[in-house]
Amino acid sequence: MTTVTDAVTEAPATTVPEPARRKSPYPYWFILPGGVIFAVFFLVPSVMAFWFSLTRWTLFDQEFIGLDNYVQFFREPALASGLWHTLIYAVTTSGLKVVLGMALAVLLTGPILGRGFMRSVAFFPVLVSTIGVGLTFQILMHPTRGVINQALDLVGITGPAWLVDPDWALLSVAFVDVWQGVGLATVIYMAGILSIPGEYFEAAKMDGAGAWHRFRNITLPLAKPATVSVILLSLIGGLRKFDLIWAMTKGGPGFTSDVMASVIYKQYQAGFYGLSTAGNVVLFLLVILIALPLFWFFNRKEDA
Amino acid sequence: MRLGAAVLLAGALCLSACSAGSLGSSDDAAGGKTQITFLTNNDPANVKVAEAVIAAFEARNTDVDVKLDTRPQGSEGDNLVKTRLSTGDMADVFEYNSGSLLQAIAPSTNLTPITGESWVGDLDETFKKVVSSGTEVYGSPWQTISGGGILYNKPLYAKLGLQPPKTWADFMNNNAKIKAAGTAPVAQTYSETWTSQILVLADMHNVSAADPGFADKYTNNQAKYATTPAALAGFQHLEELKKAGYWNDDYASAKYNEGLAAVANGTAAHYPMITFAVTAIDTAAPGKTNDVGFFALPGTDASKNGVTLWEPSGIYIPKSTEGDKLTAAKKFQAFLASPDGCAAQASATSLGGPFAVKTCKLPDDVATAVKDLSVYVDAGAASPALEFLSPIKGPALEQITVEVGSGIRPAADGAKLYDEDVKKQAQQLGLQGW
Repeated sequence: MTTVTDAVTEAPATTVPEPARRKSPYPYWFILPGGVIFAVFFLVPSVMAFWFSLTRWTLFDQEFIGLDNYVQFFREPALASGLWHTLIYAVTTSGLKVVLGMALAVLLTGPILGRGFMRSVAFFPVLVSTIGVGLTFQILMHPTRGVINQALDLVGITGPAWLVDPDWALLSVAFVDVWQGVGLATVIYMAGILSIPGEYFEAAKMDGAGAWHRFRNITLPLAKPATVSVILLSLIGGLRKFDLIWAMTKGGPGFTSDVMASVIYKQYQAGFYGLSTAGNVVLFLLVILIALPLFWFFNRKEDA
Repeated sequence: MRLGAAVLLAGALCLSACSAGSLGSSDDAAGGKTQITFLTNNDPANVKVAEAVIAAFEARNTDVDVKLDTRPQGSEGDNLVKTRLSTGDMADVFEYNSGSLLQAIAPSTNLTPITGESWVGDLDETFKKVVSSGTEVYGSPWQTISGGGILYNKPLYAKLGLQPPKTWADFMNNNAKIKAAGTAPVAQTYSETWTSQILVLADMHNVSAADPGFADKYTNNQAKYATTPAALAGFQHLEELKKAGYWNDDYASAKYNEGLAAVANGTAAHYPMITFAVTAIDTAAPGKTNDVGFFALPGTDASKNGVTLWEPSGIYIPKSTEGDKLTAAKKFQAFLASPDGCAAQASATSLGGPFAVKTCKLPDDVATAVKDLSVYVDAGAASPALEFLSPIKGPALEQITVEVGSGIRPAADGAKLYDEDVKKQAQQLGLQGW
C-alpha cells in the first residue's frame, strides 16, 4: 500500500521536469502489478501455446516435432471446407447484422410506442446464454416436431430440415447467431444515430428531403463509425464462433457446418493436443490477417 | 449438466443412506477400515451397477470402505482421467476404456500391473489382450462383452415370414419385403452421430474372415479401407441402403433412444447396434425388450457368418495408490473378476452380453438379443472389433459415416477420407512406418 501512495506523490515530481521525454503520467514501475498479471495470465500461456503447437503433446509427455503439426493441420481434409465455412459464416452474420441492426436502430430511435420496452426486447437475446439459445433452437428447428416448421406448414410451406439438411445447416446456425447478436449491433447503431445532431434532419426536412433521402444522405454516412464497429466486431466474432455451432449441430451433418473453431475442438477431443494448439495459432493468425487490413482500410477512409 | 449433477447428488444421497448405519463405527475404527475411492462414469445405469457392486463387495470385505466417485462420459471424462493421472491425483480404483483407447493413458507409466494375480487366468483371452500393454496385464472387466450387428423386430419377422439373413444379399431381400409391407427397413439415428458407425465397425468379423491379417496390416500402414474390398464393404453398405431408400424418414434428426424404440415397437425392422443397447430398450419402449432379436452383420459368405465383439471397459489401479489402499484396491479389482462380482453386476442391470470372466455364467433370464448373441459366441463364430486389435481408430469416423449414410459423400470417398483420418491418429501415436 505504501509503495502505491509513494508512487502517486512521486509521479508529478518525476514527470514534470522532463515532460518532453516521457509522456506517461506514471513511472514505469507503477504499471508493474498490471504487467505481472498480464505476463502470468496472458503472455506466458500464449508463448507456451506457440511452443506446444510445435510438439506432439499427450499430457504425459511431449516430443518436439517442428512444424509437423502445421503441415498436418493444413492437410486436414476437414480444414479446407472448415475454412470456407468460417468465411461464409462470418460474412453472412456480419452482413445481416449490419443491415438488420441499422433497420432496427432507425425504428427504435423513431417515434414509436413503448420505445424503452421495444429497445429492451431487441437487446434481450444478447443476454441469454449462447448454449441455451442453441439448444432451444435445436428443438424449434426440428424438421417435423419443431415449432418453426409446424408454423410454416399452417401457411402451406414445407420448411427445410434446418439443422440436418447439409445445404441449410450452416445458414440455419448463422440465422440464429444473427437473431442473438443483432441486439448488440442495434445498440451500437442507436448510439451512432442519436449522436447525429437533430438540426441536420430539421434542415433537410425544410429543404423538402423525404424520409429515404434523409436516411441515405444523413443517417447512413454519419453513422459510419458505428458501421465500422459493427462490421469489425461481428466479423471477428463470426470468425471465431464456436459455442453456438457446437450446441446446434456439432459441425454436422458430417462436416457440412464445421468451422475452424470446431475443427480445432475436435482435434482436442481426439487427444491431439499439439495439433489442436497449432490450429489455434492458425486461427489467431487468420483473424489478424482479416481484421487488421480491414481496420486500417476503414480508418483511412474515415480520415479522408 | 443438470442430469450429471442430479446423478451425482443421487449417488451421494444413496451412499450416505447406505452407509448411514455404519457411519459411527467406520469413524471409530478408522484404523481398522481402509477407505478407497472408485471412479466411474456418471451414466445412471452405470452408477446403479457400481452401487450394487460396492454393496456386495463391502458385505464380503468388512474392513474396506469403498467410496463412489463419478465423472462425465465421453471425451470430457477422458480428459478428466488423463489430467488426474498426469497430476498423480487419481482415485484408488477407476474404470476406463480398454483396447486402443487404453494406450492413450500410457499404462506402463501410470498403472499398477497385476499380471501375477491368481484371477488373471480366469479372464477371457481377448479381454486379457485389450487390458494389456507390452507383457503386463492391467485391468479386470467392468460389465460384459457385447456384440455389434443388427437388432431386429421379431414379431415383424414372424408376421412377414422372414428368416435372420446370413448374407448381405439375403438381408437386402428381407429389406425389400419389409419396405413393400410399408415399414421402414433400417433405422438410423444421426442426431447422435456415434450410432452411425455400426455398419462399418460391426463388419469387422467379415473383414477378418476375408483377410485374417487385416488388423496387423492396417496397424503397419500396409492395408487401407479404400483399397481392401472387404473393409470398403462397410461404407458401401451405408451407401447402398441410403440409395435404396431403406432408412426411416427422420434418420437425420432421430436420436439413439428413438432408434431403439422404433426397432422394439416394429416401426423399423432393423437397427444396426451393439447389444449393450438391450439394457436401454426397456426405457425406450417399456416391456418390449424380448421383441428385439439380434443377428450378426451379414457378409458375402454364409459359411463364415459371425459376430464382431466389443470388449468391456477395464478397472485399473493407478501407480499413485499405495500401501493398505493398494491392497484394498486389488481386492476390489479381483472381486469384479469373480463369480460373486458378476452376480452383483447382473443383479443391478439387464446384461448386454456374456461375461469376460470364464468362471461367470449368464443367468437364464437374459434378453432375447443377448441369447441370440451367445449362440455365435458359443459356436466360436466371433472376432473382436478392430479397435481391440489395433491402437488406431480415426476420430472422425462418425462424421464420415453420417456423410456416406446421408448421401453427402460417396462410399469410396468416405473410405479414402477415413484412411487420412487413420493416418493422422497413427502419426499422433508416434507409430512406426507412418
